[in-house]
Amino acid sequence: MTTITQGVEPRLVRRQVAHQALWKKVLKRPEVGALGGVILVFIFFYVMAPPFRQLAAFTTILYQSATLGIPAVAVALLMIGGEFDLSAGVAVTASSLAAAIFTTEVFGNVWIGVLAALVLSLGIGALNGYLLVKTKLHSFLVTLSTFLMLQGLNIAVTKLLTGNVATDDISGMTGFNSAHAVFASSLTIGGVTISIAIIYWIIFALLGTWVLLRTKVGNWIFAVGGQGDSARAVGIPVKKVKIGLFMLVGLAVWFTGMHMLFAYDTVQSGAGIGNELLYIASAVVGGCLLTGGYGSAIGSALGAFIFGMTTEGVIYADWDPDWFMFFVGAMLLLATVFNGWLRTRASSR
Amino acid sequence: MSKSNSTPIVQLSNVGKSYGNFSALKDVSISVRQGEVTCILGDNGAGKSTLISIIAGLHGHDEGVYAVDGNPVHFTSPRQALDLGISAVYQTLAMVPLMSIWRNFFLGSEMTTGTWPFRRLDVAGMWDKTDVELRQMGINVSDLEQPVGTLSGGQRQVVAIARAIHFGARVLILDEPTAALGVTQSGIVLRYIAQAAREQGIGVIFITHNPHHAYMVGDHFMVLARGEVELDAPRSELSLDDLMFHMAGGAGLNALQHELHRGDARGPTPVN
Repeated sequence: MTTITQGVEPRLVRRQVAHQALWKKVLKRPEVGALGGVILVFIFFYVMAPPFRQLAAFTTILYQSATLGIPAVAVALLMIGGEFDLSAGVAVTASSLAAAIFTTEVFGNVWIGVLAALVLSLGIGALNGYLLVKTKLHSFLVTLSTFLMLQGLNIAVTKLLTGNVATDDISGMTGFNSAHAVFASSLTIGGVTISIAIIYWIIFALLGTWVLLRTKVGNWIFAVGGQGDSARAVGIPVKKVKIGLFMLVGLAVWFTGMHMLFAYDTVQSGAGIGNELLYIASAVVGGCLLTGGYGSAIGSALGAFIFGMTTEGVIYADWDPDWFMFFVGAMLLLATVFNGWLRTRASSR
Repeated sequence: MSKSNSTPIVQLSNVGKSYGNFSALKDVSISVRQGEVTCILGDNGAGKSTLISIIAGLHGHDEGVYAVDGNPVHFTSPRQALDLGISAVYQTLAMVPLMSIWRNFFLGSEMTTGTWPFRRLDVAGMWDKTDVELRQMGINVSDLEQPVGTLSGGQRQVVAIARAIHFGARVLILDEPTAALGVTQSGIVLRYIAQAAREQGIGVIFITHNPHHAYMVGDHFMVLARGEVELDAPRSELSLDDLMFHMAGGAGLNALQHELHRGDARGPTPVN
């Protein structure tokens, strides 16, 4: 019994110390800048665009954010691990193309196509990681190469196999209904219809946060990105962690690709170009450092939400949609400067 | 003096290492005993790094015998050396600056609780252990959550050394721990090195090119030059002046001074 009381005492002291510094701790979190950004952008469009204020608009915004946010969670983890993936945008399209073509041209069953696409996406991730580890080139170069190769392959192979730049409609194939239910159905919660993608997005963001902050692997990801040599010196399998992170991006990209495929039933082979930069922007706005070792999964979700609000907000405000990219750029700049300022303040005390 | 009669934890006998035709290390013998601080001094390129790479298991040796607890070994990875309690703390490779102190302390040896898939970090456990460990070693940090990058250079070295000891180091190899530090910060580290050796019985190999720092904590001194042992003496047979003379270049310096006609060079006290 005495051992228990002895054990409790230091805990109490610790909690007290932790409680005192709570507001400071919140300010030190990487996603604090993104949270401020969410509030500001929300207020801005709430004032500027009356349709923005409706609940239906809000679910559309969340859906927009989810399609960006699912890959962005994985990209954020990869960036914390110190690497980039420029191929993620076209890899989404590659995955949906693969599933559609395998289904329509080879197997005739949607689920086998879905699994084939998963193998392909994980393979692309593994290849990115393997090339990075083997060539010791910067991931910017490695994934720029795979990005360009995939971009070419997407269109060339689709044309070769289907004689068209888009795949055939898969909605009549075996297993379509169940796959559609898993990847692209809609749920009605409390009278509001939302896409299942939103639910997945939130789950992935929470899962990513848990892995980062509360598991061994998460600790290793921070270490590998923060100072790879130190990580290697204490026995962390740096190469495995990096390849694993690229494969995680592959998994997220596959999931997004499947959602896109079953939401639209057909895929345009030229789609997805440029999205990789939005994933990276979401992660950076969410607090990820370009140099690695710092960032947050929830932050990437907040970053994606900011871009979701902006895409739809520009439309609701009845502005030319061309303004969207201007806003993305401006927000990225503001967020990066603000995050940097916060970080130096937080770490100087 | 019964201590010096016990089996050394680490003993190198006539160890050498060559890269192609170039011999980086020749005929080096060294013994590290519990609670003793052995200082290895030498100019850049004298073979200090090669020597510690061999002891820490980064490179294997080509000649001579390397024995741990009297048993000959031939390491092919640092992990093997670590398992025998031989741990190197490198100046730049010690820590991940953006991670918190407790995360750094347990990096690569994290404590976990729960069963898969709910296996997670034992945050409270690691936090408390780090707290206790650092307090015991007289390191006062206000907040274990603060990133290691916010610590001073000296504190960072000390935390890295404390970590190595906590994870079972019997022999610590410290690679120029004071090289980039100011006077006060060096003091923190030196005090801690002495404490680790005297109170915890750790055998320390202290690599430095500062004879003042070496003389403050060392029990035994070795000066390397061009891969060979230039001086090998216990503290009782050596004064700080001797050590400085040897460090500064020994007989070669005499010749240089003579050549430059700047008065008489101070000769060394003969050392056996």
